[in-house]
Amino acid sequence: MLSEIVDIIVYILLAIGVFFNLLAGVGLLRFPDVYTRLHAGTKCTTFGSIFICGSVVLLGLKYWIQGNPEYSTLSIHTAGALIAILLTNPTGAHAIARAAHRSGVAPVRAIVDDLKNKTVEKSAKKKEVKK
Amino acid sequence: MIEIEPTYLIVIGFLLLSIIICIIRVVKGPTAPDRVVGLDTINTIIIVGMIAFGIAEKSVIYIDVAIVYALLSFISTLFIAKYLEGGEF
Repeated sequence: MLSEIVDIIVYILLAIGVFFNLLAGVGLLRFPDVYTRLHAGTKCTTFGSIFICGSVVLLGLKYWIQGNPEYSTLSIHTAGALIAILLTNPTGAHAIARAAHRSGVAPVRAIVDDLKNKTVEKSAKKKEVKK
Repeated sequence: MIEIEPTYLIVIGFLLLSIIICIIRVVKGPTAPDRVVGLDTINTIIIVGMIAFGIAEKSVIYIDVAIVYALLSFISTLFIAKYLEGGEF
């Protein structure tokens, strides 16, 4: 009885994760701009990864409780991979956005760009201080 | 109740579809940051696919490879972003 309930929860988690990963692909194809594409690609894949890795952890825990101790390694390592994804994905997205803005890619259909002079001045000041 | 492991192979099929859509963006992308965004998304989806394949095949080695792949792709993304930004390393 408990095993079937866990199976249904695993199916639901898998469906949510696959849906969001497909949405990431569609958003990457349809959005008009680097920043909006970054928004779609990074956030949707991170959210979908949480659900798929959660389903794997839950399934491993179920098999572990049922008497297969080798699945404990699988669960714990999947949690480690999930932590790695959660730490590295937003940091990489932030670095790409900063690089795109500083290399001169403007947002499409944006009228006011508040960061236009600030970042350049800041980096120039840093270089002067270094010299 | 049917076996739950073959479901993960169907999940890998859908992830492959998403990767193909991202490859279209990488080929089409007007600017260089567009292509970097596509590659970053492909990296994350490949990590998830490796984890799903690891539980479908019931072996831990794929998940260990996925952890190392996540860290290496993070370093490569940071390096490409620094290269696009220009300036000193």
